[in-house]
Formats: sequence, structure tokens, C-alpha cells
Amino acid sequence: MDQVRKTVVLEGSRGVAEAVRLCRPNVIAAYPITPQTHIVENLSQMVADGLLKAENIRVESEHSAASAVLGASAAGARAYTATTSQGFLLMLEVLYNMAGLRLPVVLTAVNRGISAPLTIHNDIQDSLAARDTGFVQLYAEDNQEALDMHIQAFKIAEDHRVLLPVLIGMDGFILTHSFEPVSLPTQEEVDEFLPPYKPVFYLTPKAPLTMGTKTDPEFYTEARYMLHKAQQNARQVIVEVAQEFKEKFGRFSGDLIDTYLTEDAEIIFVSMGSLVSNLRAIAQELRQEGKKVGVLKIRAFRPFPFEEIVRAISGAKIVIVMEKDISLGATGVLAQEIRAAFYGKANVPRLSGFVVGLGGRDVTRETVLKGLRLAQESDHLCTFLDLNPELLEEV
Amino acid sequence: MKITLGGVAAPGSSRLNKTGGWRVFYPEFLHIRCTDCGLCQKLCPEGCIFKADKKNFYADLEYCKGCGICAEECPVHDIEMRPEVR
Repeated sequence: MDQVRKTVVLEGSRGVAEAVRLCRPNVIAAYPITPQTHIVENLSQMVADGLLKAENIRVESEHSAASAVLGASAAGARAYTATTSQGFLLMLEVLYNMAGLRLPVVLTAVNRGISAPLTIHNDIQDSLAARDTGFVQLYAEDNQEALDMHIQAFKIAEDHRVLLPVLIGMDGFILTHSFEPVSLPTQEEVDEFLPPYKPVFYLTPKAPLTMGTKTDPEFYTEARYMLHKAQQNARQVIVEVAQEFKEKFGRFSGDLIDTYLTEDAEIIFVSMGSLVSNLRAIAQELRQEGKKVGVLKIRAFRPFPFEEIVRAISGAKIVIVMEKDISLGATGVLAQEIRAAFYGKANVPRLSGFVVGLGGRDVTRETVLKGLRLAQESDHLCTFLDLNPELLEEV
Repeated sequence: MKITLGGVAAPGSSRLNKTGGWRVFYPEFLHIRCTDCGLCQKLCPEGCIFKADKKNFYADLEYCKGCGICAEECPVHDIEMRPEVR
């Protein structure tokens, strides 16, 4: 199957599984949870069928799955896991350790809302909870990008200037369960692009080491600084890897950011993940009506591309952030970051932040146009669009 | 001592981290009733009690954290914890 590059119609989850298989991970450990299940089902089938030579560790929880891949990575293996929502939150404690130990694990964070109330449907509140873990965070817009991002992710994570875990945010159901044509690279191409992982340190009985040492106040600050520095280095590496990927596979969907019709745009929508595709379609429609509308996609949420964003959208009059998350008691997470990017800059556009699509609510053309109308009237710090007042109980 | 990537440490590197500064009380070996049983040395969690001679134990104060286990466990009360004066 891998001899010739083929375009095939695949479910998003299967596409990710194929990409991970092509990256030849040594160890996979995951706990099934909707809507991540199909990814790990496919991978476990591949291992069982002998199509992928990897250790597939069955575990009793996401905390264990994360711990198993942490251990595998510490032993020098290329390790992969996937999860979503509550499972992601259960992993959280281990995720900080993966980053702190500088282990280049790749994790698919299928995006789903979080409890309570319980939901299995999509938004991106789960992986944004890992904002400060030290993970590099990339968000995929469509299935091809999700597939490509996984191949890039291992290369970014394992680069010795970075050596950090990478998570790929991928909208649950919207991407994982929809079928799209995707171009599958060949094994030979991926092998050329992604050489085997060469760890700096790894656990082996032949040369014992201690990983995860305790540090006193005279060392901890420096250790955290080194992590922060690695995140800064990742900026350059993400750009380089995206460029190298383009040369090898002929596809480019942005590096830290991607822009669509932003050059002369007066109004620019900003978002992450699959919502960007909706916004592209609406921008295209509005352009036909003569309105100068563009879209900025945030592809890398960590490291956060402050400068690139300012450069891309400071020419606009109005910036509209549409996001499927809310930092309760503050504003949308992305809106906070974009506002921070503009502090102290000249030519600051007006900015409105809208919370949309929580817990799987569809973000329709009407939703976006309503946001556009509101943002033109006045600036919104954090407004929930499509809120249904009839459902709200008076307290 | 420099921090390695991810805080990885080679075997024996805990010797570089002198923990004597943590001490509030230090063990005074009285050398009066010592029976040479060696319990103080065996039970020291830091492994920093050494034997200079017969019935002559001492603690390496560069590492001794002053936990007091040696004084507590000495069957003949030949070790006393004294406040550290700095």
C-alpha cells in the first residue's frame, strides 16, 4: 500500500492512524474514549495485523497511558498516545512531567467539551487546559492537515533544539468522524523526512541515569527557563519543518499561522481548528459582495506567534476572534492572547471576542454573520453568540 | 553543577548536592557509652555516618540533614542532638 503516493477517501481518525503508522512509533499506549476511539482502534488493528511493528500497551486509564508513553520515551522510544476531554484532563499531571523531562511524545488531543455538564461533542476547552504544560500545541483545520501535522509533529518534537512533547488538536467528530479525500505519503518518503529518534539521554541498565530529579530553589528557576527557551526555539523549528514538508510532499497549510485574503482586509476573523474552514467560506462569500474580509488561522497555539499575528492583522480595522472555548471568569482564551499580542503596538485594530460552538453547537453562517454585525456596532470583550435566553433559569 | 536537559542526573551525582545546610540540629557523638553496635551507621538515611576507629563513629556534616534518627535509635544514648549555631 505504501509504494506509491495515493489519494484515498479516509475517515479523519483513520488518516491520523495511517500517519502515525508511517512515523514508525515504537510504543503506543492509549485508553479508548469517544471521539478519539477510532484512532487507537485503527492503530491497535495495524499492530495486530503486523502492519506496524510497535508495542501496543493496554492500560487502565489515561493517567496510565500517559505514564506508559512517558516511560517509553524516557527509554529512547518514539512514543504516541491519543485522548480527549476528561481523559485528557486525567493525563494532565503527566503532561507537565513529559515536558519537564524533555520527552518528545506526540499526542493527538481530539477536541471535545469538558464536564460538567457532560458532553461528548466538540469544542476546544480540553486541550487548552494544557496551555501552560510546556507542550507544543498545533491545531488542525482539516483531515489532510491533521495527517500532515502528525508527521511534522514527530520531527518538531525530536529536534534537539526543541525536545518537547507535541499535541495536535483535532476537532472531535467534525474531523475525526468525517470522510475526506487525503493524500497518503509513501513509507519511503516519510522515512526520508523523519529519521529515527536520537535521544540525548535515555534510560538503559548499561548506563544508569536518574530522570525526574528533585530540585531545590537554586536550580528550579533555571530548569523552567530552559523549558521556556525550548518553546521559543520551537518557533523556528515549526517554520523550518513546515517548509521542509512542503518541499518533500508539496503541501503547505501554514506554519505558526496561516492567512486567507488578509492582505487588504478591513475585517479579519481569527480562529483555530476546523472553524477556520467555515470562516474561509464566509470570507469568500463576503468578498464577492465587495466586503474586504480575511481570515487568520492560528496553527501553533504554543509557542504563541505574537509577532506573526501582529504582522498579519495589524492592517485591519476590526479583528473578530471566534473561539470554541471560554476561560471562565475572564474571556475566550484566544482573545486574551491576541489582545496581549497587541499591547504597546501602534495601529491596534478594534477587537471583539466571541464564544461559539461550545459542546458541539453548530457554528452556522448566521452565527458568524451575527458576530460580524455586532463587532461592527461595538467592541465585545467576551460575548456568547447564539445564546438561547429561553433556556436560562432565573436565579 | 550544571543542569542537564530535563534535569537528568548521572549515578553518584547526589554527592554534588551538599545537604548539610538543611540542618537545624546536629548529632554530637559522645564516645562514652558506645558499644560499637553500628546501628547509627546502618539506620542513617543519608548514609553519611562513618566509622573512624573502634567505637568511634562520626557524621559527615556536609551531608547530615540533622534528622536525629541516629540519636533516637542509639541503644545506649551515646548520641545527642544539639542546636546548630550559625
